[in-house]
This record gives sequence, C-alpha cells and structure tokens, in this order.
Amino acid sequence: MQALYAQLLVGLINGSFYALLSLGLAVIFGMLNIINFAHGALYMMGAFCAYFLLDLAGIGYWWALIIAPIAVGIFGMILERTLLQWLSGLDHLYGLLLTFGIALIVQGIFQNYFGSSGLPYAIPDELKGGMNLGFMFLPIYRGWVVVFSLVICLITWYLIERTRLGAYLRAATENPTLVRAFGINVPRMITLTYGLGVGLAALAGVLSAPINQVRPLMGADLIIVVFAVVVIGGMGSIMGSIITGFALGVIEGLTKYFYPEASNTVVFVLMVLVLLVKPSGLTGRTI
Amino acid sequence: MKTTNIASLLLGIALGLFAGGLALAQDKTVKVGVLTDNSGLYSDLGGAGSTLAAQMAIEDFGLVAKGWKIDLISADHQNKPDIGTNIGRQWIDVEKVDIFMDVLNSGVALAVNNLVKEKNSIMINTGAATSDLTNAQCSANTIHWVYDTYMLANSTGQALVKAGGDTWFFLTADYAFGAALERDTTAVVVKAGGKVIGSVKHPLNTADFSSFLLQAQASKAKIIGMANAGGDTTNTIKQAAEFGIVAGGQKLAGLLLFITDVHSLGLKVAQGLNFTETFYWDLNDGTRAFSARFSERAKSKARPSMVQAGVYSGLIHYFKTLEAMGGNPHDGAKVVAKMKEMPTDDPLFGKGSIRADGRKIHPAYLFEVKKPEESKGPWDYYKLVGTTPAEQAFRPLSESSCPLVKK
Repeated sequence: MQALYAQLLVGLINGSFYALLSLGLAVIFGMLNIINFAHGALYMMGAFCAYFLLDLAGIGYWWALIIAPIAVGIFGMILERTLLQWLSGLDHLYGLLLTFGIALIVQGIFQNYFGSSGLPYAIPDELKGGMNLGFMFLPIYRGWVVVFSLVICLITWYLIERTRLGAYLRAATENPTLVRAFGINVPRMITLTYGLGVGLAALAGVLSAPINQVRPLMGADLIIVVFAVVVIGGMGSIMGSIITGFALGVIEGLTKYFYPEASNTVVFVLMVLVLLVKPSGLTGRTI
Repeated sequence: MKTTNIASLLLGIALGLFAGGLALAQDKTVKVGVLTDNSGLYSDLGGAGSTLAAQMAIEDFGLVAKGWKIDLISADHQNKPDIGTNIGRQWIDVEKVDIFMDVLNSGVALAVNNLVKEKNSIMINTGAATSDLTNAQCSANTIHWVYDTYMLANSTGQALVKAGGDTWFFLTADYAFGAALERDTTAVVVKAGGKVIGSVKHPLNTADFSSFLLQAQASKAKIIGMANAGGDTTNTIKQAAEFGIVAGGQKLAGLLLFITDVHSLGLKVAQGLNFTETFYWDLNDGTRAFSARFSERAKSKARPSMVQAGVYSGLIHYFKTLEAMGGNPHDGAKVVAKMKEMPTDDPLFGKGSIRADGRKIHPAYLFEVKKPEESKGPWDYYKLVGTTPAEQAFRPLSESSCPLVKK
C-alpha cells in the first residue's frame, strides 16, 4: 500500500510536466489554431538556456526561471512574426508541418554541437535533500516542481479566463475582424500569445533540467505524450489540459507499478478510447 | 601437328586458369560500412566517433598507398532492427560492402548477424553487448570484438558480490541487451552465493526512472543492478541521487558504463562507481597516443570509448588479414577463418586472439570513477582497481553452446 502511495506521488510529479507543457500547447491551439509541434524543441531550448546561464554567466536557477522563459519566449515571438503569421487562416496541417520542420531544425542544430549524452545541471542548493514522508522519501525538488507547476497553471488559467486581457485574447481568436474594428491590435495579441505558450514550455524545460539530463532530444521524447494529453483533455480547453495532465501523470505512474512494460503506451491507449467515445476530448469544444 | 595443337591448347587453358585465379585473389578493393546509432541515446559512445575511428584505421594501415581501393560509408540504424537489416541488405546487394563495423544495440546486432551469415559477408561487432553473438547465435561470419554481457557480469558482478553485495534488484532495459545482461549477471550472482530478490523492466530510452527507483528502494536490496546503458544509465544514476538511494545504504551497480556516460554525469555524481571496460584512453602509452590523435579530430575533443577503439583495432586486424591473403576474396567466412588463425596485436588492446566461436579475447579491467579532487583534468576519470586476464574474462569454451566449437 505504501508503495502505491509513493507511485501516485511520483505520477503527480510527472503529471505536472505534462500539465505545464499541455497548457502551453492548449493556449497556442486554443488562441491561434496552430498545432505547435515545435513545443518539444522549445522546452529543450528552455533547459539549454538555463544550462548556458549557469555555465557561461554564472546565473543560477532562480534567475533562470525568469530569464529563460522570457528569452525563449522572445525567440518564439520572432518565429511567429517571421514564419507562422503567414499561415493564419489556412488549414491546420500547414501549421503542423511548419512547426514540425522547425523542431527538426532546432533539434538537429543542438545535436550537432552537443551530442546526445546530455549535460549536467545541478539541483539548486536550497532545494536539495528530501523529506521522509513515511511511505516514501520525497526529494524536495520534486515537491517544489508539483507546487510550482500548479501555481503557474492556475495563474495562466486565471489570466486567460478571468481577466480583461484574456477576454481580448479569446475574442481575437473567435472573430479577429470584429475585435480589430474595436481598435485592438490583433496581430500583436497573437504574437504575445504565442510567446506566452512558448514561455510556458521553456519554464517546464528549466524545471526539468536538474532532474533529467539536458539533452537535445529531451523534448522529442516528451512531445508525443503531451499531444496525447492535449487531445484527451480537449484541444483548446485550458482547465481541461491542466486536469488531464495531472491525471495522466498519475495513471502512467500506476501503470509503471502494476505493469511497467506498458508504461510507454498507456497514454495512447487512453487517447484512442477517448477519441472513440468523445472526439473533441473530455472537456474540449468541437474543432 | 596434333601434339603441338593439343600442347598449345593445354598451355592456353593452364594460362587462362592461372590468370583467372590471379584475377580473383588480386582484387584489391574493400568497402567498409559503419552501422551505428548516430542520433539517439547511444550516439556518443558509437556514432560519428566510430566512423572517425574507421577512417583513422584506413589511413594508418596504409593500404591505399599500396594500390588498394578502400571506401568507407556509414549509416544510422536508429536503434531499430528492421531499419538496421534494411540498410544492411542494401549495403550488401547494391553498395557491395564487405564488412560491417560497430553495429551497437544488441537487437540490431542479432538481426544483422543473421543477415551477414545469410549473405556470407563479415561483421566485426564492437558495440553490442549480448553474449549470444558468440554463444547460441554464433556464426562463421561474425567476430565479437570488444566486450560482452558475460564478461561484464563476470568482472563487475563477482567483484561486487565479493565486497558484500549479496542481494540484488535489477533495473532492466526491456529488449535483447537488458535481458542478456540481467541473465548473465544473475548467473554470476547466484554462483557466488548471492540472491536476486526482484527486478523491473523499463522501456528503452526512458526519461524518468522515479517509479522504477522507488520499487528498487522498497525492495531493500543491497545492490541495484542497472542492466541498461547510455542515456538510460545516466538518467538512473542522476535520479537515484535525488531519492537518497545511495545515502540510504544501497549501492548502484553500473553493469555497462562508458567514459562518455561518466563525462556527461560529471565526477561529483559518478564518483565511486565500479564497472568494467576493456579500453581506457589513459591506460598505457599505446592507448594515449591513439586517443590524442582521435580527440583532435573528434567532436568536442572527446576521448574514444571502447566501442570506437574497437572499430580501429578490428579494422587493423582485418586489413592485416587481407594483406596476408594477397587480396580481398569477397568471401566472408574465408576471411573470418583467416582472421581467427592470426593473433591480434595493436597499441589499443595489446596482444589477443580470436577464438573458434568468434569471440576476441583480451584482458578486462575493473575501474572505479575518481573523486573530483583526484582528477587532474577533463576526461581523467578512472583508476584501475583490478584486471581479469584474457583467458578468464570471457565465457569458457567448455560452457559454450556455439555449434562452431568442437567439443
């Protein structure tokens, strides 16, 4: 029984990464109707940014949490301005192909310079060590990951669903012409939104740098699962992705306990089941 | 008239046969293929470095200057046996490749082993671990060059059990290599008086080991044996530190580690780990000289792993054999038989030999990773703790189930 609680907690930790990443994806898809396949590569860039900040400038983890998302977010906004804006209004497939190509290029460049073994990034001293919870030894850093992701997810949800800025964003994607007529700078909103989604991915990257090796392919492995999460949760639903992210992390954790050989595939099996029953996802609106 | 005609006819036939025979043996073209993982979790211990090692072997042996034509091609099998076999088939049928080098990843290696046997080509496998290549799956066309799971289990496993680690829990990569390593190490542990109290299989290329590590921790085994390699092992070690596994009294056993793994972990995390390799760049003058030349041309000035060193060593022996035969007969089994006749000798692995089952034997070295303060510079990571002589390091022929071994 104790082991089960431990696995549930571990699943929750993984779920927080899924939640953060699928949140970024859901924001980008919900607001911009772009299927952002470059998300994994941007997550990786966030982790590498944290590594460079430490290695080249001596800037530690806490500053990296703020600087890396902003830096990668700016890169994302440049991408949007130069490449993605030409695809607005076209079929989803174009956005998918373009972002997939961007992902391959970015990953290829990083792989060329950094190989595949990965670079070390230490857990910050304040978060080292662990607590003995009785049923398991919880590393403090992992507990921090869960709490921090939860806070960020809720802030983002609040920003989009409850503030005026969020209202403008949602309106701009539903009917850009009308919103433009009201004098709101729609292209700028879209760029900022993409930057926000990218920033969330980069933040997830910084969070994961101390516990996973910083490798060029770290995003590629994760992005497929995250897409499954977004599909299950409902493309475009913010709260749906957050809840599904955490829930799927827990389900994957349980699978690793009962039948580990299936742990890679359980999310996709679930995705197939959900799509058969409710194609728009558990909480999504129909595309 | 008649006798002169017959005589000239006979002479003509004799000359024709002689010239034809000469033409066959005098073919001085060789095509070398390096089939490896160029982009995935094993690409640092093999990959572009293996291709570089092959290039250096071609340059160093100097057959091109003696009029031979030697080509080198390489490809990425992406750790998938079906892609590996497709590339292999195309290489043999279309590109006319004579010899396969590296072929890391046991799943791919076993698949290519069958292909090479079917097409009478040659494979000098320097990268894969499974001891099946010279046991049940042995073939007259394959030589297993650098290391295998039996040697790893025998060296590391025995040393750890002797030091007091008598209960084991395995973290196994769920494919041919992990299964072979777990099987061979279990045999060694049980024979030495220890017990295996549990194991868990994880998919290849797993990023998060927290769930599996928790199970290992709950088992309270003294030794957690990592039957995985490359990126999987480094992730396990890194995450084990977080969960206080070593602090809690359990020991991590790196059953297969390469210097590239230690480099990416850093000495602070990797210090104290014990594992076995058959090549280290700083072992002696011969290895140092080769490694200095290698690292000048390698990406990020890396030192060679034992897989890459094996590619160089294997090719040198192959060229030596071809030169002794006077040409390339393009007959895999024939060349391999000749390679087994000749003893091996190069500055990297020293003196050794190739047995009837295709196993090359040389000493196995037990290393321990230095503490950060003991290291004098980048890549200065190992101290030598023990040596197993060549005759004892690998599976004895008496225990072999290879049909090529005459009992």
